[in-house]
Amino acid sequence: MKTNKWLLLVALSLVLSLVLAACGNKDKDEDKTAAPDKEDEKATEQPTEEAGEPDAEQVVNLIESAAIPSVDSAIVEDAVGFNVLNNVNEGLYRLNLENIAEPAMAAEEAEVSEDGLTYTFKLRDAKWSDGTPVTAHDFVFAWQRAIDPATGSPYGPFMMSGVIKNATAISEEKMEKSELGVVAEDDKTLVVTLERPVPYFLSLMSFGTFYPQKEEFVTSKGDAYATNSDNLLYNGPFVLTEWDGTGDSWVYKKNEHYWDAENVKLETINVDVVKDSATAVKLYNDGKKDRAGVSGDLALQYGTHEEAVNESDTAVFYFKFNQERNGEKTPLANVNIRKALAKSFEKEDLADVVLANGSTAANFLVPRDFAYDESGTDFRDISGDHLVYNVEEAKEYWAKGLEELGVSELEFEILGGDTELSKKMNEYFKAQLEGNLEGLTIKLKEVPFAVRLELDGNQDYDIQVSGWGPDFQDPISFMDLFVTDGTNNLMSFSNKEYDELIEATKDELALDPAARYEAFAKAEKILLEDEAAIAPIYQRGLIQLQKPYFKGLGIHPFGADHSYKWAYISGKE
Amino acid sequence: MVKYIGKRLVYMFLTMFLIATATFFLMQTLPGSPIASYNKLNETQRAIVEKKYGIDKPKPVQYAIYMKNLAKGDLGTSFVFKGKSVNDLLATRVKPSFILGAQAMVFGTIIGILLGMLAALKQNTIWDYGSTFFAILGVSIPSFVFASLLQYWVASQWHLLPVGLWNDGWKSSILPSIALAMGPLALSARFIRTEMIEVLSSDYITLAKAKGANGFEIAFKHAFRNALIPLVTVLGPVAAGIVTGSLVVEQIFAIPGIGEQFVSSIMTNDFATIMGTTLFFSALLIFIIFIVDLLYGIIDPRIRLSGGKG
Repeated sequence: MKTNKWLLLVALSLVLSLVLAACGNKDKDEDKTAAPDKEDEKATEQPTEEAGEPDAEQVVNLIESAAIPSVDSAIVEDAVGFNVLNNVNEGLYRLNLENIAEPAMAAEEAEVSEDGLTYTFKLRDAKWSDGTPVTAHDFVFAWQRAIDPATGSPYGPFMMSGVIKNATAISEEKMEKSELGVVAEDDKTLVVTLERPVPYFLSLMSFGTFYPQKEEFVTSKGDAYATNSDNLLYNGPFVLTEWDGTGDSWVYKKNEHYWDAENVKLETINVDVVKDSATAVKLYNDGKKDRAGVSGDLALQYGTHEEAVNESDTAVFYFKFNQERNGEKTPLANVNIRKALAKSFEKEDLADVVLANGSTAANFLVPRDFAYDESGTDFRDISGDHLVYNVEEAKEYWAKGLEELGVSELEFEILGGDTELSKKMNEYFKAQLEGNLEGLTIKLKEVPFAVRLELDGNQDYDIQVSGWGPDFQDPISFMDLFVTDGTNNLMSFSNKEYDELIEATKDELALDPAARYEAFAKAEKILLEDEAAIAPIYQRGLIQLQKPYFKGLGIHPFGADHSYKWAYISGKE
Repeated sequence: MVKYIGKRLVYMFLTMFLIATATFFLMQTLPGSPIASYNKLNETQRAIVEKKYGIDKPKPVQYAIYMKNLAKGDLGTSFVFKGKSVNDLLATRVKPSFILGAQAMVFGTIIGILLGMLAALKQNTIWDYGSTFFAILGVSIPSFVFASLLQYWVASQWHLLPVGLWNDGWKSSILPSIALAMGPLALSARFIRTEMIEVLSSDYITLAKAKGANGFEIAFKHAFRNALIPLVTVLGPVAAGIVTGSLVVEQIFAIPGIGEQFVSSIMTNDFATIMGTTLFFSALLIFIIFIVDLLYGIIDPRIRLSGGKG
């Protein structure tokens, strides 16, 4: 009897494993049919915007990757919060579909003084969602609130210090907030005084931190302000509804009081937080969602899907070489060692095969498709490539470096993330670096993000896989990171010429765009080619599935991610 | 009985105090800062933000403030959900987790008990093997695997129920509840089977049979009641685990529950939320253990809660 029982168990287990295996095969088969004969193609372009008549029903269903922590423009510090703000509120300027800042709450282009220090904005006739007019005082109040130390705004000081007059002193409690360089001359005229000429100032005006807030409303709500959709006031294309402050779903409804309401086609946007990429794709395939991001292995699987859109991102990832640890110089203080490491790994394979998520190899710090000169030339075409993969050169630098250090072998630790993708990438680095540089041993240290930040802060690492996404559209957003004692430097890199060039872009070159871009190009060459202070790895890409009937979505490479203002549904019915 | 409950309440309070203290100091060892934009701020600004959130004070002072607020029932303000109290956060996120957990417990236990009884009463038949096989499956396969399989087949392929999200009313809760129920189902089936087989072979069942009791009476009135005791012991912690431990299932079905929130609060160093959720989970577990102990007395009158001379 006992034998019978076991036999039965084994038989049932076999049946089960066959069932499970069948599930797996089915999965694979379906993927094949989803992407017929497109093995070698990559979704590298957005679908062409064919102008179609908008459908009668304008409802779109979207996914966000996290809940909304806050919609108070003085407090927001995360991607989701800035995205919501960008669609329910509006600043003096707004990024259009071409990612150019154009007047929004401002009625026309700003009047700029000759020295580039004073900007005068004339406001248009616009209303808050309660029907009251948006005035210049609303901007003064919001900006003063964002820089006031009592507010504890993380982005206020970050965006305003060194830009708006007196912002730094106010944020350090050395001056009253009323002395901030922003004044309402009358209800419709706002005058902003800057600390120094800021060539990208108008692009900053589209950033969430600079949005207006109505003093009377904010004060009357007190601590409850912006804690749910009822405790907010809107002056953007949409109003937020059904947001309870912590929930994983919310709805945008068209704002009938918006000054440009006639050009807003979407009536309702339903948003749900979905953190699991596989679930997001299932909801998309099921028709429950009109757009879904795919990451990890799914990106590899869906990269060739006919509805896949490669959404270019402007975050750039690079190795940081720590030149000083525990008060002592590391072997990475040797420039030849840094150059050898920087040139000894294949970036194209990493981007295409290992990451396979739309990311591209980077031989630069300032990303592609991000900053342009006056004639519209991409900064990348001005500055060119640096630290291109070249094993032969890497080996030469390596030998020279070892000789200078008087050693025959070296061991470094690479500090990286602990996600599946990071681990795969770290393994790749280890194989490439150790394979190409004789006598090199790489140890991998894979830790959660918070731990990495702490180790970075204490400069307790050898090589770190680090990245940066810009908040505004100017090379300085990246270049400023590596000046001596820069907030993100934390690797004891210091080059006087580099510092001087960066300082010049903020000072005497601020009003000479062409010379300024040349200075950035020179500085980038020093940072990468001459010093190999950091080693660029890749520019991040994202793969999204998007229904062909969902059109006109604004995708921004900096600041808020998306604008729904011009989006619409066409051809779904 | 009253004395027993009083004593237990004092112990429960003490346990909570110790848990709060230990969690508070353990939490301080987490690396990093709760300020998300930490690397964008300079020293002065960091100090100002830290002061605003009260994390600039010495640890013992922070502890004293925390305990004082806790005594008033205030769990503090979330660092991530700006301006939102942890009490509010828990209130909105506990409901979905609780619904899933409760449904999973009820469904899992009832089906599990029926399967276990069937297996015991029809020992060494196909019914027995079938239910044993089911139990092994439930114990050995984690709930998130069931969740993925259910999502794939029932939702994506057959379109019988929603793929995920929490906006289709009761329908949204069915698949995640079933996925979560597999564990308790398997556990109860195994326990009931083993216990009933033992009870069924005992003398008093033979006596009952001799007295002419029918099969139904023997199974439910005599055997089942005795077999329940060990099950109640195990199911107590399982119940707490289900309500609190559904984080992966919540993530797979995109449900705004507390389990998922707990993990993300640790990842973001949201100190107040970490404390709040830990205390909530602990309180729940302690309460369930207390209820289980009370249930012993009801199921088996021989267990006396007063701890008297008998």
